[in-house]
Amino acid sequence: MKKILELKSLTAGYDEKIVLKGVNLVVKENDFLGIIGPNGGGKTTLLKVILGTIKPVEGEILPDGNDRCIIGYLPQINQIDNKFPIPVKEVVLSGLMSHKKIFGRYNSENKRRADELMTQMGIIHLKNKNIGELSGGQLQRVFLCRAIIADPQLLILDEPDTYVDSNFEGELYEILHHLNSHMAIIVVSHDVGTICSHVKSIACVNETLCYHDSNVISQEQLMAYNCPIDLITHGEVPHRVLKHHK
Amino acid sequence: MNELIELFQYNFFLNAVGAAILASISCGIIGSYIVARRIVFISGGITHASFGGIGLAWYLGLNPVFGAAVFGVLSALGIEWISKKTDVRQDSVIGILWAFGMALGILFIYMTPGYAPNLMSFLFGNILTVGVLDLYLLLGLCVFTIAVFFFLLRPILFVAFDEEFARTQKAPVQFLNYLLISLVALAIVLNIRVVGIILVISFLTIPQTIANMFTNDFKKMIFGSIAFGFLGSFIGLLVSYRINAPSGATIIFSFVILFVIAKLVQLVMISVRRKNLA
Repeated sequence: MKKILELKSLTAGYDEKIVLKGVNLVVKENDFLGIIGPNGGGKTTLLKVILGTIKPVEGEILPDGNDRCIIGYLPQINQIDNKFPIPVKEVVLSGLMSHKKIFGRYNSENKRRADELMTQMGIIHLKNKNIGELSGGQLQRVFLCRAIIADPQLLILDEPDTYVDSNFEGELYEILHHLNSHMAIIVVSHDVGTICSHVKSIACVNETLCYHDSNVISQEQLMAYNCPIDLITHGEVPHRVLKHHK
Repeated sequence: MNELIELFQYNFFLNAVGAAILASISCGIIGSYIVARRIVFISGGITHASFGGIGLAWYLGLNPVFGAAVFGVLSALGIEWISKKTDVRQDSVIGILWAFGMALGILFIYMTPGYAPNLMSFLFGNILTVGVLDLYLLLGLCVFTIAVFFFLLRPILFVAFDEEFARTQKAPVQFLNYLLISLVALAIVLNIRVVGIILVISFLTIPQTIANMFTNDFKKMIFGSIAFGFLGSFIGLLVSYRINAPSGATIIFSFVILFVIAKLVQLVMISVRRKNLA
């Protein structure tokens, strides 16, 4: 399979604080990669480096600069100002910014494509509504439309399953499986249980990145990479967590 | 009514109406941007920082509008630049700039020999003494602002809505932010002549807030703000002439009354809609 993105011994961080060290990662077309790891472990920093909003301190990302593939991005929903005066259809169109020069106009073909996507996601009836009138699940669909309208080769989702009910979560992963046939997908999540049952491979990020080419994580792996997560089981297992004995 | 028609024969009154129209257009567009992007406090900081420029220009015997424009744009660019540094508390910096500009302005005016009769008109504005030069400057600003928003409306809107996403799409985020914050500064400085330093921020926020009650569409918000801005400033202008009070105060006063009326209309509309649903 064709490589679409490669990180080589990458170090990244902010000002004097290094958050990630020695990260190596290859993303191929049709990959479906889940990224897990503790808070402050560097998941968001890794995404920012891949998205190009922060520059790596050391190492390189291939392909470079303008040859970089088109990346669709779904940010964390709580970073959005949902009182902003903008209707749904405009939010979807804003996903085409990477295709437009600064004075570029948005033509009827662009608008038709936006309508088509909104119809697929079942939000066409909300087209003229302001984003403030939408529920969490509807808002996620709008941002998903925005993320894929430019036909990206790589789709990155930052915790798409927070602030939505489990009903939408199921639908979301169904949509992602469908999209995966023509684009690589990277999902960041702290809901390890859900992520493992949907993705093809997993990367654990905690100061560095450990790649597992399967969606099964063993307890040993988690211990070795010092990446504490919740219990993973198949099926329903009644359980109770007690305090440690002193 | 006759008295009103008579008023239109006076040059000063025509100038004032022209200023009201131009101020409504420039403040309607820029104010919608300020309200949507939630940079009201930044705009307040720019307004007061520009008073330092007024004082310095006064001291050097230059045109105060020129001094205010230089200080306003420089402080606006400074704030935008500082907001990119993650380790700086932006609002504290704005607070310092706010007070420093005022202090500098007062110091320079105090050091200037002779009486400073126009100081009040900078603090509170006087639409009835607006001159031809002020009108040309405002007209130039309006033309430029309209052109920028006509050609760049979508990029401006998209970047203001979600800057982080725009950055991932390689949009010219920095260029747009610097351009827009400079426009904000120029709109503030040129409208100081009309409503004054202390009140200009309400010209940039009250008509927008009223328009925002009836629409959530940025474009309609701009047109609504221009309409409410003109209505309020025209009423304020008449009252200012009638009772010989500073125009800035009467204009803002009529804005607030419009705001209260609009709020009542909105409440009635909501209850009517509820009844229809029930």
